[in-house]
Amino acid sequence: MKNAHRRLLSWGAAALLVGALAAVAAGCGSSGESKSSATTTTGGTPANTPSSIGKGEGKLNLIEWPYYSDPAFAKKFTQQTGCVIQRKDAGSSNQMVALMRAGGGGGGGQWDLVSASGDASLRLIRGGDVKPVNVNLIPSWQNFIPIFKSPAHNTVDGVHYGVSLQWGPNVLLYNNQKVKPGPTQWGALYDSKYKGQITIPNNPIQIADAAFYLMHSNPSLGITDPYELNKTQFDATVKLLKQQRKLVKLYWNYDTDGRAAFANGDVSIGAIWPVDTLALQAKKVPVTEVIPKDGATGWADTWMLAKKAPHPNCAYLWMKYVTTPQVQAQQALIFGETPVNPKACPFMNTIQAGSCAKYHLNEPLNYYNTIKFWKTPIADCGNGKNDCMDYNDWQTAWTQITG
Amino acid sequence: MTEVVEAGPSLRGARLRLSAALWRRPWLKAAGLLALPVLAFLVVYVGSLAALFVSSFWQVDAFTGKVVHDWTLDNFSTIIHDSVYRQIILRTILMAAAVTLTDAVLAFPLAFFMARIAPRRLRLVLFVLVLLPLWSSYLVRIYSWRLILAKNGALNWALNSIGLPDAGLAYTNTAMWIVFSYVWLPFMILPVYAALERIPQNYLEASGDLGARGWRTFRSVILPLALPGVIAGSIFTFSLTLGDFITPALVGGGKHNFIGNVVEEQIGINGNVPFAAALASVPVLVMGIYLVVAKRLGAFEAL
Repeated sequence: MKNAHRRLLSWGAAALLVGALAAVAAGCGSSGESKSSATTTTGGTPANTPSSIGKGEGKLNLIEWPYYSDPAFAKKFTQQTGCVIQRKDAGSSNQMVALMRAGGGGGGGQWDLVSASGDASLRLIRGGDVKPVNVNLIPSWQNFIPIFKSPAHNTVDGVHYGVSLQWGPNVLLYNNQKVKPGPTQWGALYDSKYKGQITIPNNPIQIADAAFYLMHSNPSLGITDPYELNKTQFDATVKLLKQQRKLVKLYWNYDTDGRAAFANGDVSIGAIWPVDTLALQAKKVPVTEVIPKDGATGWADTWMLAKKAPHPNCAYLWMKYVTTPQVQAQQALIFGETPVNPKACPFMNTIQAGSCAKYHLNEPLNYYNTIKFWKTPIADCGNGKNDCMDYNDWQTAWTQITG
Repeated sequence: MTEVVEAGPSLRGARLRLSAALWRRPWLKAAGLLALPVLAFLVVYVGSLAALFVSSFWQVDAFTGKVVHDWTLDNFSTIIHDSVYRQIILRTILMAAAVTLTDAVLAFPLAFFMARIAPRRLRLVLFVLVLLPLWSSYLVRIYSWRLILAKNGALNWALNSIGLPDAGLAYTNTAMWIVFSYVWLPFMILPVYAALERIPQNYLEASGDLGARGWRTFRSVILPLALPGVIAGSIFTFSLTLGDFITPALVGGGKHNFIGNVVEEQIGINGNVPFAAALASVPVLVMGIYLVVAKRLGAFEAL
């Protein structure tokens, strides 16, 4: 009798297990199908974008770098449009992509806009998570610095997937008490003189920084764009980074970690962002920031429209609002970044004298040739040979480098 | 209660019939009680593991970043053939072993003191002290360790003030070993304590009566009886270290990847869930082997 019970229970358990696995398999299958259908509907052609902005829907859901909808300027937007903002702070580009891909992709029908940086934006476009935007509805777009109107990181085949917002360089930062004389070139980050004192970002896109350095220090490699590397160029860059690993104290995941390492004295030289320089200087840490003469890599952020945005009108109203000169100036000074709308210059100087020049907003156009903006590496890099290393290769190599 | 009575004889009859049916068929009672937890266990626990294992045979389209449902062994072959992953797996297992050994050595004397020597009041105080760190967030404790080990941190300050040079531990393997050993120590102390407390006092007296001194009693009586507790604790410390990615990321400086870090990067940065799933199967396999060995040594009798 007892054995019979046991057998029955085990059969029941087995039946349940099979049922559960079937349910899982069915779930996987259906989600896979919905994903692939999402890919096919996003074409390269300018899909139906609205010709005018309708009345706001009363709500706007944003995935953003922390405080990209700072109440200092977002409050006024809500008063003007009635769109109440719900924000979700993301700590990294990857978290942004992950959030946009959750719930079946395209923002899951929950998110309207994402403030993607250049290393995330092409991934979102290729993945079909964002949709085309009609830039004619954003009046300030006409005034943008030309390179930010249709940059490669948010515009594909002439189709815009969002509007540029702000940008900043990746800077060379050093502790001016410990590093004397101060470095002036990126080569310092590969110099064994600073062994055990260096910090750099823990991000595959960092390979571009090394490629950028090689572009100037080793012209025979023929690198013209640090995000478009063929096998030879890529291998040379990875080799350099593997040597650099021996010198690196910390690969920072969040810029605040790198900041803490400077403040605690663990590192004295590294690659980081201007916002961290400002924060460290405010805490009286003796650091100096340099943008070497050769230039730098940089990031540029874009408000991108989620494919399944539930409040598109509020989203357009927001893109229109944050690109106006006054708001551009406010946001730039809160984050220590540079507007894409040069009309913001006088407003910046009103808030903080000399800040327009400090953040390079008044530079001539050829200045931007020295800044290589983040973009997701892809195999088809425009030379017709399809021989560039793609982001997957970059990620794999980055694991090899950091070990 | 009154409501039931008011509901009339028909409802009461149904209740009685149900109760009688359950009494007559004990298996129905057991099935009714177990259905919900077993279902949750199978769907949530086993189901997610099955989904993980299934997705490890898929691949990601490099261009769109979407998962392609073609069956392939490529992910596993990369893990086996690429030396960097072998190195990461080996590093993770060695760290887990080192942390387990350290915790066992630290926990045993303390657990012995708590279980057999300390008076009741002191035992209570020690219990609270052992459990105290678990009341605060794991992240907070790791961040505070980072402050302790930093160049301008508390450790170097203390060393310098007695005339010693900097320890230079920030962002090293040693730092990770210290922090891991710290965070998982309570998980070793508690099972060892439980095992030691269960040893009857008269065993020790009998050992003494037979002429065994302290060391001999420890080796021949206490240690064999406490070993299942140590192994039970080691299952916790070993598996927790094996799966962790926060300590290596925050304390290790990103230079010494663990299995957990690579899994996190593959999902978070690369969106390559299949490869992450394949790599995540490695700790499952390692723990499986570990548990089989632990069962042989009788660890589950002390749980």
